[in-house]
Amino acid sequence: MTPDRHEIAVTVNGMAYRSTADARLLLSDFLRHELRLAGTHVGCEHGVCGACTVLLDGIAVRSCLMLAVQADGHELTTIEGLATDDGALSPLQTAMHDHHGLQCGYCTPGILMTVTAFLEENKSPSEDDVREALSGNLCRCTGYQNIVDAVLAAAAAMRGVAP
Amino acid sequence: MTTRYFGAPVKRNEDRRLLTGQALFIDDVELPGMLHVAFLRSQVAHARLKSVDVSAALKRPGVVAAYTAHDLGAYWQPGPLLVPPPPIAGIVFNLRTQVPLAKDKIRHVGEPLAIIVAESRYLAEDALDDVVVDMEVLPAVVDIEQALSQASVLVHDDLDSNVSAHVHQSRGDYRVAAARADRILKRRFRYEHGISSTIETRGVVAQWDARASQMTIWDTTQAPVFVRNGLAGVLGLSERQVRVIAPFVGGGFGPKIMMFYPEEVALPWISMRLNRPVKWIEDRLEHFFATTHERGQIHDAEMAITGDGRILGIKDVFLHDGGAYDPYGLTVPINSQCTLLGPYVVPAYDSTFTAVFTNLPIVTPYRGAGRQHGVFVIERLLDLAAHELQIDPAEIRRRNLIPADAFPYKNEIIYQDFQPLEYDSGNYEPVLDKALEVIGYADFVGGGQAEARALGRCVGIGVACYVEGTGIGPYEGAKVQVQANGKVSVATGIGTQGQGHFTSFAQIAADQLGVDVTDVDVVTGDTDQFYWGAGTFASRGAVVAGNAVNEASRVVRQKALKLASDAFECSEDDLVIADGKVSIVGIPEKFIRLGELAQRANPMRGAVKPGTEPGLESTQYFGPPSGATANGVHAIMVEVDPLTFDVKILKYVVVHDCGTVINPMILEGQIHGGVAQGIGNAFYEKLSFDDQGQLLNASLADYLLPTALEVPRMELAHTTTPSPLNPLGIKGAGEAGAIPVGPLFAQAIEDALQLKQRKVELLEIPLSPSRVFELTRGAREEP
Amino acid sequence: MKPAPFKYIAASSLDHALSLKAEYGDDARFLAGGQSLIPAMNFRLSRPSVLIDINRLSDLAGVDWPEGNDIRVGALTRYRNLERNRDFLAACPLFADALPHIAHPQIRNRGTIGGNLSHADPASELPALAVAMQARMRIKSSAREREVVAAQFFQGLLTTDIEADEMLVGVTFPPLAPRTGTSFMEVARRRGDFALAGVAAMVTLDQEGRCAAVRLALCGVGETPVDASQAVSALVGERCTGAAIDDVIAGVQEVIEPAGNVHASPDYQRHIAGVLAKRALMTAHRRTGHDA
Repeated sequence: MTPDRHEIAVTVNGMAYRSTADARLLLSDFLRHELRLAGTHVGCEHGVCGACTVLLDGIAVRSCLMLAVQADGHELTTIEGLATDDGALSPLQTAMHDHHGLQCGYCTPGILMTVTAFLEENKSPSEDDVREALSGNLCRCTGYQNIVDAVLAAAAAMRGVAP
Repeated sequence: MTTRYFGAPVKRNEDRRLLTGQALFIDDVELPGMLHVAFLRSQVAHARLKSVDVSAALKRPGVVAAYTAHDLGAYWQPGPLLVPPPPIAGIVFNLRTQVPLAKDKIRHVGEPLAIIVAESRYLAEDALDDVVVDMEVLPAVVDIEQALSQASVLVHDDLDSNVSAHVHQSRGDYRVAAARADRILKRRFRYEHGISSTIETRGVVAQWDARASQMTIWDTTQAPVFVRNGLAGVLGLSERQVRVIAPFVGGGFGPKIMMFYPEEVALPWISMRLNRPVKWIEDRLEHFFATTHERGQIHDAEMAITGDGRILGIKDVFLHDGGAYDPYGLTVPINSQCTLLGPYVVPAYDSTFTAVFTNLPIVTPYRGAGRQHGVFVIERLLDLAAHELQIDPAEIRRRNLIPADAFPYKNEIIYQDFQPLEYDSGNYEPVLDKALEVIGYADFVGGGQAEARALGRCVGIGVACYVEGTGIGPYEGAKVQVQANGKVSVATGIGTQGQGHFTSFAQIAADQLGVDVTDVDVVTGDTDQFYWGAGTFASRGAVVAGNAVNEASRVVRQKALKLASDAFECSEDDLVIADGKVSIVGIPEKFIRLGELAQRANPMRGAVKPGTEPGLESTQYFGPPSGATANGVHAIMVEVDPLTFDVKILKYVVVHDCGTVINPMILEGQIHGGVAQGIGNAFYEKLSFDDQGQLLNASLADYLLPTALEVPRMELAHTTTPSPLNPLGIKGAGEAGAIPVGPLFAQAIEDALQLKQRKVELLEIPLSPSRVFELTRGAREEP
Repeated sequence: MKPAPFKYIAASSLDHALSLKAEYGDDARFLAGGQSLIPAMNFRLSRPSVLIDINRLSDLAGVDWPEGNDIRVGALTRYRNLERNRDFLAACPLFADALPHIAHPQIRNRGTIGGNLSHADPASELPALAVAMQARMRIKSSAREREVVAAQFFQGLLTTDIEADEMLVGVTFPPLAPRTGTSFMEVARRRGDFALAGVAAMVTLDQEGRCAAVRLALCGVGETPVDASQAVSALVGERCTGAAIDDVIAGVQEVIEPAGNVHASPDYQRHIAGVLAKRALMTAHRRTGHDA
């Protein structure tokens, strides 16, 4: 079967990209290997582990369960887009560092993207809310406790109150 | 030395790279002209392989090469034995190691049969369909008891049985103990462990540079130096021509230390043959078969005990599922055998195991590495004894703990490090006390449980003890080097997979050299940065490499002080090293920065004095005489839905003693993660094979890793009994969290549902709501 | 785990999508949320030769109340939109119970109602809800448009009444009768996993507080969602007490056909189906607002 190539124009972390890709190229592979934004990680390629989570027009989605061509005309945000241009970490990134919310760091990109979208919608989450929000992201290292604490602290910091 | 960082919850140096997506993981390695590799893997567990034909695949556009076992020629050879059998009298060990590609026989599902090299992974996977395999399917050996029957087919035709190993160890005389006992409790226990399921799967990138005659291999290994040495040997290169880099690795937990995986052998060979870089990234489906497992044991165990609950002896005969090959020797079952003894005085012990070949993926250590299996047996036996003797389960444990004045405590049998099993130090009773206090044991047993039951709530409690042999040899090394800019570089040969080595080793060096911890740059897992080492396993990184870093840093400190004393023409005793400089005591304006000393140590003119070396650096090694033994107690409170058997964890407590702590924040993270994996093992994760060796749940939708909703908040507490076996007093902690969770679940569910009163015993792991239903349905009536 | 090659066409309109489907037939699959289809393609368990992407057909997304009190949900409506639609959740409270059980937030952000129902996984929650609520499936091809009631739509394991040239374009839920309470409950190994058994119950009371109508549908316990309403019909005309419910549970357990899986034995599934049926009926009854 001759490759079915498609033009793709996307904005990723505020930067416009134009590229072409096979119809079957997964969005995760496109980000990592075509755009060389390798901060998005791939863990299962069947939509369970959540490591590949990115924001599509601000909404958290599995990039392994989308085709690159489907992103044409959309805005994406990845882990590379969370810190400011001068390198300042986002409140969530800072809280993850402060609370030891990562060990090997492989699931971390997906967790950051999932929670970034979650905190946009839920400014004052309970611990149960946070655990529910994290339930689609597998972490094998941390036992989640420090991630939960980091998310609660980030929410507090974003509200401008001491955690 | 003034301790500033050692013992403090220092935030991690490595986080920033990981949090901004700038850390290099294996699949991030992109090289010009790189090709991609896919492996054709067996769909059946056991077969005689007649032929593998890749000719059609070679015709597919985008396919560059395809290989079978025959194409490998003399390069095709079985893998090495990683750990030889320990020196135990009468030991039987039949060595059969894995091969790069199956040639004559297929021995487990997922065993590789052919290699496709293509322009992309997509194209390589397309071409797998083109490979024609002719085979004669054989019945699979799956059940470890049936595997030993006369009628069983053989996994390895040249052996006369499926016995991989047979080991007997003992101390004291169990027969005498049994004769003296008031009670003998005998049960059959089944304990299955699962797969590590690191969120990053394995991967290998190999790049042969023909002009430089240099091979570079990026590998998700926990043991880069071993891989370098081994691959140099098989590739016909000298070690200096091979560089192995274990970059950031997304979790290890044991299976990433196995070697050689077929892919590790194949990729460098392909790169040399094609003179192009090649990449293979294991996908999640492959991970279920191609990465090693830990699996099941069946124990027939008995405990001889006095009427007041004191253990006189234990006899255990167990079978161990080793899978299709045994490259890791006997580490897992030896750990089960030794760790069964726990923190208890067991005067007589008679333990025999038979490791069995099956047509299932290979078993090698996975976090806990067989310790869980042994701990389950003794902890459950103690629970049964407590019930029969009407002794409180916590109290029966207390009565059997090794007393604080008995250390070092000799258990006489041989451990995985080939040394007699000896606990270096410990103080066990305060750990138990603390755990009972934090969980609220007295209140619960004394009334809380009864109150809850009066409201119809099925709540239960569990408490389990364990020891963990950690920090075994042989050795690790470290090179500590002050840079001209004043920063400190630390290089060590172990790999790192999230344990925080970039920070804990930096803490050690920073204290010795008086620099900011963020000014210490730690490199692990690059054989060109540090040449020697063993690897990250057996909860040994902090202990062994940590002490090497300390020793090397100490020597550099001495060198810095010597250089400064020469410069100032004063005694070293008059100097202080802090804030990145050496100054004269009481005259802080009189100082030399460490970076300047480093430059002076590499002069442009003049001669290096005899007996000295240029550079402000040192390389030192540390090898402990034997392993340090950590210990701990976990306690749990659960509520069980009596109709659906859903289990909710109300409270989880860990009290742990791993000697001196470098970084309590990192330590707690290790415990949290271990417990989460333990919970998975106890209640969620089960490898379900059918009778032909097919894994029925090879996806993360069906192999159930705990999520944030299954893992509870944990309360942690620590006691500290330093190890006398290393200058820093450290014991390892990596596996502790995972070890005792199985018996804890069994005990607490039994308690919640009052199963003992209904003559139901939970003697197996993993449990599940369905399994508890099945086990209790015969005893449905209320007590 | 990369998908096999296929031809990708982004449909520009519903007519375009249907004409493409008419052209390619069973070789083509519609790509909606893709949360079941893409994993199957990544495992190469599914190898369509053409993917017709319908994600740009925004007319297919959304909830409206066209005539009477019927609730119409477009096939391309994502779980995410229903979760955040208070009017819809008030009108269809079974969804409020069930949506949190459907996979995880990221999947719900992308997955669609039409995709789920067309996939017809018997362990999935929505087919059982559709059966319980007697939803009508709106199916369209280039040539025709028709409606099928949910009970006839689900024909077997991953099999529906949809023909090769057709698309499920929406689903219509009739409004709840007055004095109706509903409840959905399930047991899964982890939240978000497919149900080992799930029960959707609807209880409608008459003016005197007796049961006027009862609907019960189960997921995870057969090759299709199971309509067990007949098995509990003895409740009609009775007061919905625990004892009355106990009397009908055995009938529910008889009409289901759990097959067992790696997580649960068939007996356990049958057992918890009974437990959940009772709990869901009790809760639904309580939610009628009528104190028994």
